[in-house]
Amino acid sequence: MDLSLSTRTEGDRTIVEVGGEIDVYTAPRLREQLVDLVADGKYHLVVDMERVDFLDSTGLGVLVGGLKRVRAHDGSLRLVCTQERILKIFRITGLTKVFPIHSSVDEAVSATE
Amino acid sequence: MSVATVELSFSALPAHVRTARLVAAAVARRSGVDEAVLDEVRLAVGEACSRAVHLHRRHCPERPVQVTLIDDVEAFRVIVTDEAPSTDAVDGPDLPGLDDLARSADLDLDTVPPGVGLAVITSLVDDVSVEPADRPDGNGLVVRMSWPTSA
Repeated sequence: MDLSLSTRTEGDRTIVEVGGEIDVYTAPRLREQLVDLVADGKYHLVVDMERVDFLDSTGLGVLVGGLKRVRAHDGSLRLVCTQERILKIFRITGLTKVFPIHSSVDEAVSATE
Repeated sequence: MSVATVELSFSALPAHVRTARLVAAAVARRSGVDEAVLDEVRLAVGEACSRAVHLHRRHCPERPVQVTLIDDVEAFRVIVTDEAPSTDAVDGPDLPGLDDLARSADLDLDTVPPGVGLAVITSLVDDVSVEPADRPDGNGLVVRMSWPTSA
């Protein structure tokens, strides 16, 4: 399965819904999406990963890059993920300490710093 | 029971990493690797191949990456071999974590730092070894991983 990306706005948050596989082949498209949003002045991002089937360290690198970009504008990047197989790679890389990870988009949208 | 082997040699293109993952998962399943462990196989093989493809594209794009999948009697074994020079640690504990990356100020992030893929593999897979490839030029690493089979 290839990567699918769609964005929508809720208040001051931009939700990026990601589906499929995030790997060395597809990660550049996610990176481009995040870069475009920040360039467009969207600094509060919620990345919904509930439809992601596969994520590797290349994908993690892109998410970290996105986090650093929004932070440069005092923004935020929150993740929505309840899938154990995806959460596992965040845990083994220590990134659960870096990203706020929520169990639903609603929870992420209503979260404050 | 005889040992069955599938060999994969692919040009260093990111798109082929997915192919390698799919083939590895298919052979693992056939070998009798537990369904619950297949995600781990996919991730570990993906990381090893991504690392190899990344280094080959930089140093020797014309050379293929080799993956050997072995359905051994009591284990499913994967060997990923590259031919590129690298500074990655060999079987050492000094592997980097990605969280350090988040704190650094460098915004020009196209790829994860070298070694992260191997760090993921070594924390994920119980039976793993990373050794220099036996090549005259001293380049390349051999990443060996295995998982028990129930068959």
